[in-house]
Amino acid sequence: MTEQIDKALAREYEAGFVSDVESETFEPGLDESVIRRISEMKGEPEWMLEWRLSAFREWLEMEEPEWALVDYPKIDFQSISYYSAPKSMKDKPKSLDEVDPELLRTYEKLGIPLIEQQMLAGIAVDAVFDSVSVVTTFREKLEEAGVIFCPISEALHKYPDLVKKYIGSVVPKKDNYYAALNCAVFTDGSFVYIPKGTRCPMELSTYFRINEQNTGQFERTLIIADEGSHVSYLEGCTAPQRDENQLHAAVVELVAMDNAEIKYSTVQNWYPGDENGKGGIYNFVTKRGICHTNAKISWTQVETGSSVTWKYPSCILKGDNSVGEFYSVALTRGRQQADTGTKMIHIGKNTKSTIISKGISAGRSNNSYRGLVRMNPGAEGARNFTQCDSLLIGDQCGAHTFPYVESRNPSAIIEHEATTSKVSDEQMFLCRQRGLDPEKAVSMIVNGFCKEVFKELPMEFAVEAGKLLEISLEGSVG
Amino acid sequence: MSNTKSLLTIKDLHASVEEKQIIKGLDLDIKPGEVHAIMGPNGAGKSTLGYVLSGRDGYSVDSGSVTLDGEDLLDMETEDRARAGLFLAFQYPVEIPGVSNLEFLKASVDAQRQARGEDAITSADFLKEAKAACKQVNLPVAFLKRGVNEGFSGGEKKRNELMQMLLLKPKLCILDETDSGLDIDALQIVAEGVNSQRSADRSFIVVTHYQRLLDYIKPDFVHVLSDGKIVKSGDASLALELEAQGYAWLQKEPVEDELEG
Repeated sequence: MTEQIDKALAREYEAGFVSDVESETFEPGLDESVIRRISEMKGEPEWMLEWRLSAFREWLEMEEPEWALVDYPKIDFQSISYYSAPKSMKDKPKSLDEVDPELLRTYEKLGIPLIEQQMLAGIAVDAVFDSVSVVTTFREKLEEAGVIFCPISEALHKYPDLVKKYIGSVVPKKDNYYAALNCAVFTDGSFVYIPKGTRCPMELSTYFRINEQNTGQFERTLIIADEGSHVSYLEGCTAPQRDENQLHAAVVELVAMDNAEIKYSTVQNWYPGDENGKGGIYNFVTKRGICHTNAKISWTQVETGSSVTWKYPSCILKGDNSVGEFYSVALTRGRQQADTGTKMIHIGKNTKSTIISKGISAGRSNNSYRGLVRMNPGAEGARNFTQCDSLLIGDQCGAHTFPYVESRNPSAIIEHEATTSKVSDEQMFLCRQRGLDPEKAVSMIVNGFCKEVFKELPMEFAVEAGKLLEISLEGSVG
Repeated sequence: MSNTKSLLTIKDLHASVEEKQIIKGLDLDIKPGEVHAIMGPNGAGKSTLGYVLSGRDGYSVDSGSVTLDGEDLLDMETEDRARAGLFLAFQYPVEIPGVSNLEFLKASVDAQRQARGEDAITSADFLKEAKAACKQVNLPVAFLKRGVNEGFSGGEKKRNELMQMLLLKPKLCILDETDSGLDIDALQIVAEGVNSQRSADRSFIVVTHYQRLLDYIKPDFVHVLSDGKIVKSGDASLALELEAQGYAWLQKEPVEDELEG
């Protein structure tokens, strides 16, 4: 039985190819001169460089966090290259025709055609390749609606005031070790601004691809939804199959002004390493959003890749009546380790948060949910509901739940439910007795377990999540 | 003895669960269209027989042979036996939370069609068939949307098994104590569903402890299973005899059939 399940889960990593692109890559190593060079390559304003340098100085004083339930050799930050970009990007292609076809082919192979005519209508894509954004599609159409969607490096030139005002406003430079490192060396990422009262006419998405060897990817995303606006944003990530570990330390900041709504979805499929734990991406990410009055931020994540994941997309519910949501599926297999969850910080009155976490562990992997719900003294009438479910496949994996609850307001209500279950022999037998092969049976049972979270994904993304965990007929009954 | 080719032939089957022998030399021959009831006391090996035939993990065959349509059944994987037309209606159907009945059923039907080299059924066609099947077993159509057996009552679970049978159209159906836990109304619905599926090219093994079910599903043959062997075979009247006398008399006296065999 276990053997069949292992076989079912040990599928090929399809995004593991390497693109033959000539790149300009910094020598490994990290000091102030590297940061100056990055800033110079990007032609950044002086204040940005100063900001980076101050973050770097803070970082040097900080300790790598060790509280997560993950185990990996110490990272040698001097052995990593902090910048790599395809040479062809140096002249800043002005249109798709000028972009290296090999880059376009890479995204096409990943199922993300960048030629607008071939794309799924309704999704604009920012394609980030190693340290640079290759192309951002549908920009004109978005501009008509007043929506800004561009690489953050470009936003620094075109909209410096917006960037300056909000960068670091949700995740402070000193927030944590990896966030500080990101502030110092971030290379690219997406910038989004939705004007007042605007409903973004398309789904926005960023597709992150690591290609070069021995480089880290440090992207930075900043999304500002002005009063009464609405945006749905998606991100996807893949990397080649390599024997060495690679570091990905991103920072994502969301600002939802009064009555605004941001829906942020992730399908993370970084290379997870092989069955014995060789290679794979270290995914150390800080994601946080702030909600002003009546605003809502919803995080949905499907985490299937990376050898080590350390990630807690969080909401600061500052404004009264604001809402935070976190829906997560984390699947670990082989030797993967995931320590993921969320923080819901209730500050305003009548704030509401919902946490639904589904952890699936197989092989010899370890999967932990770690979440904090804090009710501040002013969070009159605040509510939280948390549900953490773990599904074990086989008997050599681990599932752990670390809920932290801090309530300083007696009127706040906090609910927590947790379950642990197994893919049972009876379920497998039923499926096989009806003619399903074991692979299909496992993926169907796992999909069923994750249903509450998949429901939250935008349609187009559910397809991608489905490719990872195989998806269903859901919703076809009239 | 008719000349029709057998659908299922079991010869001198010995099988164990966790190294304990449960089936101890069982012979059975089923022709297309026949309904065979297997009765017997608790622990006789009735459910084990169903699991061994369908290839459940942990149930190992020690010796003997089983053919389905002339093919070596014991050589096939569990799912291949299902695709070859063997269907087991479970005594205690398990829940699969979050997987809708419709999704589960379509995947099953498609897996079997694929094995026969056919294309997957379109969602629209399947939905039509599934709704008709719901109606036939008296389950509201809303059950198609619900998780497989999730929160179903005992009777609903049994009807759900029957619905799967209607959609999969197997050659050989093994009903494992389908009557257990059913009230008389539910029993009738299930029996009617089974009867509606009786045909010249579909056979049934009806495993039951009680004669009651056989009032509704008339068997062609009745076999008494005791201590892993068929100790007596007869027509439908044997079931009535058992109902009147219980099983005890079978276990005490030596059985002639067995001595001759």
